[in-house]
Amino acid sequence: MIDKMIKQISLFSENRPGRLANTAAKLKRAGINIRAFTIAEAGDFGIIRMVVDNPDEAHKVLHDSGFTVSETSVLGVEMEDVPGSLAKIADVLSKHNINIDYAYAFVTRTDKAFLILRVDDIESALNVLDEANIKLIDMNDIKNL
Amino acid sequence: MIEYWNPQIERLPSVELRELQEEKLQNIVQYVYSHSSFYRERFDRAGVKPEDIKSLDDVKKLPFTYKQDLRDTYPKGMFCVPNERLVRFHVSSGTTGKPTVVGYTQNDINEWTKSLARALTSIGLGRGDVLQVSYGYGLFTGGLGLHYGAEEIGSTVLPTSAGNTERQMELMGDLGTTAIACTPSYFLFLNEAAKKEGIDFQKDTNLKVGILGAEPWSEEMRKRIEESTGIKAYDVFGTSELSGPLFTECVYQEGIHIWADQFLVEVIDSDTGEPVPDGERGELVITTLSKEALPLIRYKVGDTTILNNEPCQCGRTHPRIMRILGRVDDMLVVRGINVFPGQVESVLMKIAEVGEHFMIIVDRVNEMDTMTIQIEMTDAAFSDRVNDMISLEKKVASALKTILNLSVNVELVEHGSLPRSIGKSKKVIDKRVL
Repeated sequence: MIDKMIKQISLFSENRPGRLANTAAKLKRAGINIRAFTIAEAGDFGIIRMVVDNPDEAHKVLHDSGFTVSETSVLGVEMEDVPGSLAKIADVLSKHNINIDYAYAFVTRTDKAFLILRVDDIESALNVLDEANIKLIDMNDIKNL
Repeated sequence: MIEYWNPQIERLPSVELRELQEEKLQNIVQYVYSHSSFYRERFDRAGVKPEDIKSLDDVKKLPFTYKQDLRDTYPKGMFCVPNERLVRFHVSSGTTGKPTVVGYTQNDINEWTKSLARALTSIGLGRGDVLQVSYGYGLFTGGLGLHYGAEEIGSTVLPTSAGNTERQMELMGDLGTTAIACTPSYFLFLNEAAKKEGIDFQKDTNLKVGILGAEPWSEEMRKRIEESTGIKAYDVFGTSELSGPLFTECVYQEGIHIWADQFLVEVIDSDTGEPVPDGERGELVITTLSKEALPLIRYKVGDTTILNNEPCQCGRTHPRIMRILGRVDDMLVVRGINVFPGQVESVLMKIAEVGEHFMIIVDRVNEMDTMTIQIEMTDAAFSDRVNDMISLEKKVASALKTILNLSVNVELVEHGSLPRSIGKSKKVIDKRVL
């Protein structure tokens, strides 16, 4: 199931003008495509989280530019873009006492929606979601979206 | 095997050392009284004559001198020799006021050199060592001071002066630098730059000793530096008014040896002017016993420290002072509480997640002082979870609160965003209009 994990790029950023522009410019220059993206802000700083088509390269580019950056293992779940999809996933996880640290969703050109999840026990989460017939996506799917 | 530059004088029994000091004190007091109208007036006003100084204890009858005296008599009002005997000037930067000028006779330069020759030998340097002097050369005393001392003991000097980091690293490798003299902040900067180039000081260079000073740094910072770079880091002390860098710790790193045949050190209670008991913190007062051009009598250096008169494990009998926490000038008063930047540093350096760079920002908001500590994010401390980051801020704030007895804001900033310094670093921004 390990191969179903998705590598998220997490980046520390001060909360001031120009920081995001700077990050984005670095990725643009490296030809890296951002699939999903969110910022968690906490006062004077924020954590930028993103799923990109080439996380190893993105990590290298950002690290070499002096950013504090890490790769985090997260889950990618494919959802029907209809009411109730999120509820089903949350329900499965809560039944197995797995906590969601954070989550963010994105839609693509298809009729599918995707959910990125950071949980406290990723191994168990992978198994229980799979058993519940919830479709997990992997890095290949991310590249081909 | 402990090496001495001058074993006889460095290990002189304390009693004899005191006798020597007593004689030299009487001489210098007589000398300044007869060579300087400044001192003559000062002594007369205090009602003290050179003959009154019969023993070392009588030193307390003498009036203090202050940095302000040097400013007031700028440029040469306190000099005790005619111009033709001067062989050099150094001039302080004047960052905290008007600059001060120090003049040297040939003998003053020789004594200065001797002091550092003993100090450098005491940290194990000698022939075959290459000392990279990355202190500034010029009006600042750091570069030339170390330079002469190292040549005296037969080490090879690499006079890079400050700045041009790439060149510093290149030469360090090519010429086999074994010791470097610079500010602790510049050493950190150099280490950071080396890492970026894939250079590991321990594996890729011959560097084994750092002579770090010219700005206060903490014991915790020393541990950081020694652990992360594999060198032995020694504290060096001195101030331009007394000649420049003069003294270091020995290999035991248990205080800075002050050469008692050249300087008389007192640690006093600032309020009463009386000496504090050994082992208690007080204000550092130094009398030069050998200087000719600009002798200083009971000079208030502006530092607080602790005096230790016990002979050292290394066999040296001269008194030691504890590392300097900070100049009295550097002390901040925040909401009525005294804070030394060095205290903040020593708290931060104990927290593994905190990197070496920080900035203290003091401001006044709604008639209330605020203190913010900015710390740089490090790869090791970073987490993708906001909660972890907030916990780190809280952990640092609570550690500071415990030691300083002051609530502070902690702000995480990006790695590399705080200023790096090639000389004395700036660790405080005080925005208050007082």
